[in-house]
Amino acid sequence: MSRNHLLRSHAPISDAGWALIDEEARERLTVALAARRLVDFSGPHGWEHSSTNLGRTDPIAQAPCDGVVATRRRVLPLAEVRAPFTVARDELRAGDRGAPDVDLEALDRAARNLAVAENKAVFHGWAEAGIQGITEATPHPEVPRGSEFNDYPRPVAKAVELLLQCGVGGPYGLALGTEDYTGVIETAEHGGYPLFDHLAKILEGPIVWSPGVAGAVVVSQRGGDFLFDSGQDIAVGYDRDDAENVHLYLEESFSFRVATPEAAVAIAPG
Amino acid sequence: MGFDQYHEPPDELPAETRTFARLCASLTEEAEAIGWYEQRLAVEPNPVARDIMRNAIGEEYKHFSMDLEFLLRQKPEWREIAQGILFQGGDIVEHGEAAEEAATNEDDPTVDVLPASGASLGIGSLKGRRQ
Repeated sequence: MSRNHLLRSHAPISDAGWALIDEEARERLTVALAARRLVDFSGPHGWEHSSTNLGRTDPIAQAPCDGVVATRRRVLPLAEVRAPFTVARDELRAGDRGAPDVDLEALDRAARNLAVAENKAVFHGWAEAGIQGITEATPHPEVPRGSEFNDYPRPVAKAVELLLQCGVGGPYGLALGTEDYTGVIETAEHGGYPLFDHLAKILEGPIVWSPGVAGAVVVSQRGGDFLFDSGQDIAVGYDRDDAENVHLYLEESFSFRVATPEAAVAIAPG
Repeated sequence: MGFDQYHEPPDELPAETRTFARLCASLTEEAEAIGWYEQRLAVEPNPVARDIMRNAIGEEYKHFSMDLEFLLRQKPEWREIAQGILFQGGDIVEHGEAAEEAATNEDDPTVDVLPASGASLGIGSLKGRRQ
């Protein structure tokens, strides 16, 4: 596996600086990468991994000569996603001296952007990259949320029932867009029972804060239904530097495909 | 009790090596306990007893994982190899070989400066992890 495309050794950054940047990126990303908590993950297969095998072929009308028939393999190319950011050289020097409050705000924004891009591609699709999202693929109708968060168990239970009716077993996970997540954790039902706990009992699986998701999505957690294929997992690379700043980026390559469209139900945004 | 976790005279060992050895011993004990509970659960018919044992094995999972994380934080090379293997789909042996090669090639001047996990931040799958 080639590991030089990141060009990290060309950056004017000390080992301690790289450790600080990598740890900050890891922390921010781990919280926001919701799709990886709910779908199967394959890889990382490396930067050279360019496509996902679909096991399908397309016919080739004309063969090179008589007496043979031919087909062409159909594959899903991986998308490369990059989120650029800068770190001030002054801040890196401060970090080397042991400053506990190094300004990595631009990195935090980049991490959130990358996580939102990944979550959106998985849950709502990315046509330009050939990715069909979970909510695009599902044959189930969207379940309306209703206006009150107190009623949230109703659409979630309805979604679980739809999944059970077509033979999709649990446990089930719930990807909650940021607005719905806030509404859920703020709400106690009649009698003070936290809504979050009630939903967890219905689902028997994780409830995940999912920036980039519109509304919410209930997905089966039995495995094998939703497949994230990672080429280069998220890494920090070096672009260039000037007198003031070092220009870096977060980068990954991935594809995503839905193997069982009926294994998810979307809950409409309010 | 004895001090079986030491293979060298303890008073000749630095304090951090003694701590490391204690946690290695603890890791082994937690793995043994997980194996024991697994066997007990396989044969125990009483549902209440099974609930208790399921609760107990969860504790052992937690202890094992905490011990492992502590040890990995002490040994960057071990951590690097582990990050190439743990929480990945696919072929475990293949990942193991690749992770070992990546970790042991660090002094190679043709290899770029890398995050601890090799080419990436080592995030991988987050299924089953707390947010």
